[in-house]
Amino acid sequence: MNALSITGEVLVFIGTFFYFLSTLGLIRMPDVYNRMQTSTKSATLGSLGVIIGTGLWAVGKGYSPAWIVQTVIVATFLLLTNPISAHTLIRAAYKTGIPMWAGSVVDKYDEHLKAKAQAEEPEEEGDEE
Amino acid sequence: MGEASKLSRYLYTVIVLFVIWIMLTASLDPQELEFGFIASLIIAAFTYPIFTTAGLSNLHPKKVAYAIAYIPYFLWAMIVANLDVAYRVLHPKRPIRPGIVKCRTVLRTDTGKLSLANSITLTPGTITLDVDGDEYFVHWIWVPDEALTDNEEEHVKVSSANITKPFEKFLKVIFG
Amino acid sequence: MIGLAVYLSLIAIATLLSTYRVFRGPTTIDRLVAVDIMTTITTGLMVLFALYYGRMIYISVALVYAILAFGGVIAFARYLEGGL
Repeated sequence: MNALSITGEVLVFIGTFFYFLSTLGLIRMPDVYNRMQTSTKSATLGSLGVIIGTGLWAVGKGYSPAWIVQTVIVATFLLLTNPISAHTLIRAAYKTGIPMWAGSVVDKYDEHLKAKAQAEEPEEEGDEE
Repeated sequence: MGEASKLSRYLYTVIVLFVIWIMLTASLDPQELEFGFIASLIIAAFTYPIFTTAGLSNLHPKKVAYAIAYIPYFLWAMIVANLDVAYRVLHPKRPIRPGIVKCRTVLRTDTGKLSLANSITLTPGTITLDVDGDEYFVHWIWVPDEALTDNEEEHVKVSSANITKPFEKFLKVIFG
Repeated sequence: MIGLAVYLSLIAIATLLSTYRVFRGPTTIDRLVAVDIMTTITTGLMVLFALYYGRMIYISVALVYAILAFGGVIAFARYLEGGL
C-alpha cells in the first residue's frame, strides 16, 4: 500500500458514494426535471471519481503509467457527453408535455414559446386576407 | 472572427487528431507514432472543413493558459454543485423550489455556447433546457426571491448574474 | 481487497434503485433517465473490472460502451421529441 493506491481507493469510494446519492435522488425527487437535476450531476462526478481513482490505484499497484492516460480519456469522454444527453432528455421531456411539479414557481420557456407562436400567427392571417 | 486560411485549419486538425491518437494508444512506440501521424494526415484532409473555422489561432498561448486555468475552476464548481445536490437529496424535508428561468449570454461562437451550456448543466442546481440565439432557458432547482419579479429585464439580469456570469469570463477568452 | 467489496455493494445498491425507477417510472422519459444513469454506472464498473483482472485493454471496452450508450440515449430522446 503506498500513497498513490490509497488516494485512488479514496477517490473510488467517493465516486461510488456519489453513484448511490444520484440514484437516491432518482427515487426521492417529485418530477422528471428534478430527478434529472440530481441524477446527472452526481453520476458524472461519481464516474470521474471512480475512473480516475482506478487509474491512480492501478499505477500504485505497479501497472504501467499508461493506465492513467487511458482512464483520463474515458473520464473526459463521459464529462463531455453526459451533459449533452441530459440536455436532449430534458428537452424531450418538455416537448412531450410532461407537466412540472406543482411546487414549481416560474416557467419562462412556456412564455417564450407562446410569444414565438403569436409572432408567427398574425403574418399568416395577414397573407390570407 | 473571420475564417482562417485552409493550411492553418488543416494543420490544427492534424495536431488535434495526433494528440488524441497518442492518448488513445498510450504508448510512444515509433511504429505506432508513424502510423498515427499518417492516419491523422489522411483523416484531416477529409474532415478539416467541418472540424474548425478558426484554425491555428485556437492554440494562441493566452487561450491555452485560460483553458488550463478553467479546468480546476470548473472541477471546484462541480464539487460544490454535488455537495449542494447531496444536501437536497439527503435532507428529510427535500428543500426544492424549481422553475425555468431565462438568461442572456455575451458569447458569440457556437462552440462557446455549447461549452457554456455543458458547464451550466454540470454546476449548482441548473440544467440547460434550450438555447435560442443568445437566450438560455435553464431549469433551476432553487429559484431565489430576487428572480421572481414580474419585471422581465430584472429577472434576466438576476438569473444571468447567478448562472452564466461566473463562466463567461473564462469562455469569452477561450472561444470568443 | 475488502475495499472492493464495499465499492461493488454500493454500485449494486445504486443499480437496484435505478432499476426500481425503470419499472416504476410514470413516463417514458423517467425510464430513459434511469437507463442513462445505469449506463454511466456500468462504465465505471467496467473500468473497475479492468483493474481487477489487470488488463488495460478492458478500458477500451468501457470507452466503446460509453460511446454506444451515448448514441442510443440521444437517438431515443430525439425520437420521443419527434425530430428524428
